[in-house]
Amino acid sequence: MHPAFSVIFLTTLIGAAQGMFMALVTGQVYSMANLLAPQDSVSFYAMGSLISLILLGGGLVAAVFHLGKPSYFITRAWRGMSQWRTSWLSRELIALPAFMALVFLYGAIHYMGWTAPWFVIKDVIPVDASLLVGTLGVLMSLILFVSTAMIYASLRFLQEWHSPLTVANFIFFGLASGFTLAAAFSAWSGVDLVGFFGTWAVIFTMISAISRGFSLLRNKKIKHKSTMKTALGIRHTKITQRSMGFMGGSFNTREYFHGASDATLAAVRMFFLLAVFAVPVALLAASNAMESAYLPMLAFLVQYVGLLAERWYFFTEGKHPQNLYYQTVG
Amino acid sequence: MTQLALVIDLNVCVGCHACVTSCKEWNTSGWAGSMVDQRPYDADPTGTFFNRVQTFEVGEYPNTETVHFPKSCLHCEEPPCVPVCPTGASYKREDNGVVLVDYDKCIGCKYCSWACPYGVRELDEMQKVMKKCTLCIDRITDETKPESERKPACVLACPTSARLYGDVHDPDSEASVAIRERGGYQLMPEWGTQPANHYLPRRKTRIQIFEDELERADNPLDKEHPLPAATGDTLDDVSF
Repeated sequence: MHPAFSVIFLTTLIGAAQGMFMALVTGQVYSMANLLAPQDSVSFYAMGSLISLILLGGGLVAAVFHLGKPSYFITRAWRGMSQWRTSWLSRELIALPAFMALVFLYGAIHYMGWTAPWFVIKDVIPVDASLLVGTLGVLMSLILFVSTAMIYASLRFLQEWHSPLTVANFIFFGLASGFTLAAAFSAWSGVDLVGFFGTWAVIFTMISAISRGFSLLRNKKIKHKSTMKTALGIRHTKITQRSMGFMGGSFNTREYFHGASDATLAAVRMFFLLAVFAVPVALLAASNAMESAYLPMLAFLVQYVGLLAERWYFFTEGKHPQNLYYQTVG
Repeated sequence: MTQLALVIDLNVCVGCHACVTSCKEWNTSGWAGSMVDQRPYDADPTGTFFNRVQTFEVGEYPNTETVHFPKSCLHCEEPPCVPVCPTGASYKREDNGVVLVDYDKCIGCKYCSWACPYGVRELDEMQKVMKKCTLCIDRITDETKPESERKPACVLACPTSARLYGDVHDPDSEASVAIRERGGYQLMPEWGTQPANHYLPRRKTRIQIFEDELERADNPLDKEHPLPAATGDTLDDVSF
C-alpha cells in the first residue's frame, strides 16, 4: 500500500500520547500504593496531561489531512461516528475524542486540585476524582489502541496486516514511546521518576521488538491466497498482463503501490530496527548510569522518528490483491 | 430478493473498450457525475473510470491465447467495502442489491477502497469522494425509458453482446441461465465476498470429423467404374 503521511503521523502521535497518559496514571497508582513518592498535581500530572493532549491534537490535525478535503472535517466527519456497529474506523473516531476529553478532565482535576478523596476502600486506597477519570482514560486508551490497529488488522485480504500481531504492535509501540516520553518529561521537569518510567519504557520496547520481530518474520514467508488464477478465474499457470487498459495511471496505480525499491525498504527497516529498539534502550540505560536529563529526551526523539519509519514500512508491507490486475501498463 | 448484476462473456469480448467509453459518457453527465479527467491531452493523463478493459496473455508462445478482461464493481452479495465505511456513505441497496456511494456523506477517507480486494473503487480527484460503478442506477430505475433501454450503458454499447444484465437471483433470467449453462464463475472466491457479477469462461468450439465422414465408403461411382481421372485445368485453376 502507499504510505500516507497523514495516517503515519496520526497513529504515531496518538500512540505516544496514549502511552504517556497511561504512564501518568501508572505513576499515580504506584504513589498511592506508596511505592513511589507522590508528585505535584499541577507541575507533573496537569503538565503531563497537557503534553499528551498536545500530541493528540497533533494527531487530530494530521487526521484532518487524511480526509478528501480538510473542509469535510467540519461538514461531514461527524457522520463518521455513526457506523460504530460495523466499522473499526468509526469506533476510532468515537474513541479518539472520548479519550481526549478524559485526558483533559484528568489534567483539569489535577490542575484545579480536586484531589480530595471521595471515599476510601478498605482504609487503604483513597479514591479521588482523578483516579476514577484516570482509570476510565486508561480503558478508553486501550479501546483506542485496539480500534486503530483493527482498522488494518480487520482487512482479511491484506494478509500482512490481518493478524493479532498488528494489534500487539500498535499497543506496545504506543506504550514504549509513551513511557519513554514520560521518562523524558520527568527528566525535563526534574522529577525523580526517570528510572521508573525508563525501566518500563525499556520493558515495553523489548516486548514490541519481540512482537514486531514475529510480524516481520510472518510477513517474510507469507503465502498469498489470491493469484492471477483466482483474480481472472482462468486455470493456467502462466498468465501475463499485456495491458491494464490505460497508459497514464489511475487511483489503482497510485493508492496501492508504494513504489519504493527493495534497497530503500531494506534501509528503512534497518533504520527503524535501530531507532525504535536498539538506540533508545541504550540511551535510557546510559541516562540511568549518567543521570543526564537530556538523554531520555534524545531517546524519545530517536524512538519517535524510528516509529515514523516503522509505520511507513508497515504500510509498504501490505500487499493488496488488486495489484494483480495492475502489473503491466501496456 | 433481487440482485442485479452483469455477466461478462470472456469468450466474445474483443477488447474494443466501447463499454469503457459509453460508461464514462453516461455517468459523467448523470447522477454519478462528473467524472474528472486530469491532463487529458498531456503526457500523464488520468481520470475517474468505473469500468476498465484489461488484456492478458494466457500460456506460452506459440500456445497463447489473448483474453480481454472487462473489470468493474462486482456488486458483491457480501460487500466488504460497505461495513467498513465510517459514515454510512457506502451502502448496498435493499431492493436490487446494487452497491452505491452517497457522495454527500463520503469523507474521502479511502478506507472502502482498501477493503475491496478487486480494486474497483476510485477516488475522484476533483470531488474528493469515492466513486464506483453504479450499474447505471439512474438508467435502470428510470421508468420513463422503454424497457429495452433500462439497462446499463455498457451493456447497450457492447457490439458483441459480451455483457449480459439481469437478476441473478431469478433462476429464469438471461443472466442466471448463462451462469448455469455456460460455466459462469466469480472472481477471487477465496474471500467469501460472493460477487454478483459473474464471468463466462473462454470456450473452444471443435467439431469431431472422422475420415469416413468426409469420403463415402459406399460411393456408387466407385463400385461401378473408376472415378474419372483429373485431366488438365479444372475451373479452380483458371485465372481471370
